[in-house]
Amino acid sequence: MLQYLVRRLALMVPVAFLVSVAVFSLIHLTPVDPAELILGEERSPEAVIALRHELGLDRPLPDQYVTWISHALRGDLGRSIRTNQPVTKAILERLPATLELGTAALAWSVLLAIPLGTIAALRRGSPIDVLATGFTIAGVSVPNFFIGILLILVLSVDLRLFPPGGYTPLTESIPDNLHRLVLPAITLGTVTTAINTRFTRSSMLEVLRQDYIRTARAKGASWRQVIVGHALKNALIPVVTVVGIQVGAILEGALVTETIFSWPGVGKLAIDSIFGRDYPIIQGIVLMIAFSFMLANLAVDLAYAWLDPRISYA
Amino acid sequence: MSTVYSPSLPEDVAETPVSQPTSLRALLRTYPRVAVASGLLILLVLVSVLAPWIALHDPTATDASNALLGPSAAHPLGTDELGRDLFARVIWGSRVSLPIAFVAVAVGLTVGGAIGLTAGYRGGLWDLLLMRVIDAILAFPALILAIAIVAVLGPGLRNAMIAIGIVQLPVYARLMRAQVLSLKGLDFVAAARALGASPMRLIARHILPNLLNPLIVQISLSAAAAMLAEATLSFLGLGAQPPTPDWGFMMNTGAQFLNNDPWLALGPGLAISIAVFAFNWLGDALRDALDPRLRG
Repeated sequence: MLQYLVRRLALMVPVAFLVSVAVFSLIHLTPVDPAELILGEERSPEAVIALRHELGLDRPLPDQYVTWISHALRGDLGRSIRTNQPVTKAILERLPATLELGTAALAWSVLLAIPLGTIAALRRGSPIDVLATGFTIAGVSVPNFFIGILLILVLSVDLRLFPPGGYTPLTESIPDNLHRLVLPAITLGTVTTAINTRFTRSSMLEVLRQDYIRTARAKGASWRQVIVGHALKNALIPVVTVVGIQVGAILEGALVTETIFSWPGVGKLAIDSIFGRDYPIIQGIVLMIAFSFMLANLAVDLAYAWLDPRISYA
Repeated sequence: MSTVYSPSLPEDVAETPVSQPTSLRALLRTYPRVAVASGLLILLVLVSVLAPWIALHDPTATDASNALLGPSAAHPLGTDELGRDLFARVIWGSRVSLPIAFVAVAVGLTVGGAIGLTAGYRGGLWDLLLMRVIDAILAFPALILAIAIVAVLGPGLRNAMIAIGIVQLPVYARLMRAQVLSLKGLDFVAAARALGASPMRLIARHILPNLLNPLIVQISLSAAAAMLAEATLSFLGLGAQPPTPDWGFMMNTGAQFLNNDPWLALGPGLAISIAVFAFNWLGDALRDALDPRLRG
């Protein structure tokens, strides 16, 4: 296992390097010079040259990369063009809201998907299976912004059960925070629920055809024991890995969901920064997301190796 | 728990047929889901092709005196805030979304496929370097990468198409590489090589035809993902720009009128959902039909 971990980390190094180069290049591929952007419309050529020098933009690209990555490794991702706030601070301020939304979305997704997928597999071909299978395709086909809009329309505009947007920090009011969390969490979690349901169902079907299930049954174990004690435990191994990978889907979805529900998280910051051409913020967020996603994938691989001893990673 | 007892289940699963249909007719007869999903997709393509005849109004013609009208015989889905016929815009929207899906898939398939073929066939250093680039692309969640690319290149349909094409590369590269690696060790490929077949001939005549089944399934699923990504980019204001009748952008505008004119968001939202569903459904049905081992 240790050997596998070392190998896996070694493989991550070149990928992390390429990712950092790609993110660094973002600001240099933009059609507008960052110095001109910071100085705004009423800039003089001298001021642009001075600022380019101050920012190090007149130095060779490899030099700039080394400076940028060494700062980034120390948590310094530069300053926002619009607000002059340090990028790391701006991201960290918004992170709790995104983490709360993401956790809530994943939680309801797992809590619904595992029973639904299991029942669908156990009753293969039944109406509930047809419904669950239909949901797994529909859930990944309906855009989450459409789901959000439908929820706002029905539950906010018509029934007035939930507010259509906004955020109250947990520290201010827990009930209000949770009340505002419901619609964005459902919106964000629908795609992952569909994917998890599908994986649970197919994984359960796969496990149910294994010899050890037949053996357990032949030894007199009840179906409850067989399903809960043997089948579900093993069927959930691939589901665990899928849930881990869904960190990416959740981060993607957060951009849209936070925009629809005016949820002040990292996703909304990213979209606002794109329209404000605040490239250091965009760079910081993309870097943070890419590394979170890489670490989540690493955790998934390790969890998989640990959970399923049949898998050899020699 | 006894209510979920199904004693015959393992046997049902074990009896899953593993043979593949040998002709298109057999495929459609054996797997009616493929036929229905294909039918839905053909309908969508027909709507797109026949848009000028189906939509009775110009999708970009504004008429301030008829803004925000409810659905009626003259305007089946009502009109938007500029008085444009929403039904016409939804119908014409298919002419934006469908081609984008096809172009993005074509970019992903040709570039990603070439990378995967080269990495898998040549192996060694080529494989190592090319697959690290693919791993680097995969290190970004797809939509985040697409958004970052559009943020750099600037909003617009063309840039959205490029971005979606790039994020599609890894799936084809990995699929092609895995298939080539498994195929090139098989006897029939070794036999062709022993008979003097050139690498190009080996790939074209022996490897590619055997890749077709998983590729067809992937193309259908990627087209769905591409449409969804394009709609999302446009919804965020990063894809199509006004006055292009784009479903995602129409929803962006429609979301501002939810209180009084919900159809402005519902019409295009349903259109996107149906189109993406059709591709996903077809991909799913084809996977069942062409590779029964993967049936879930």
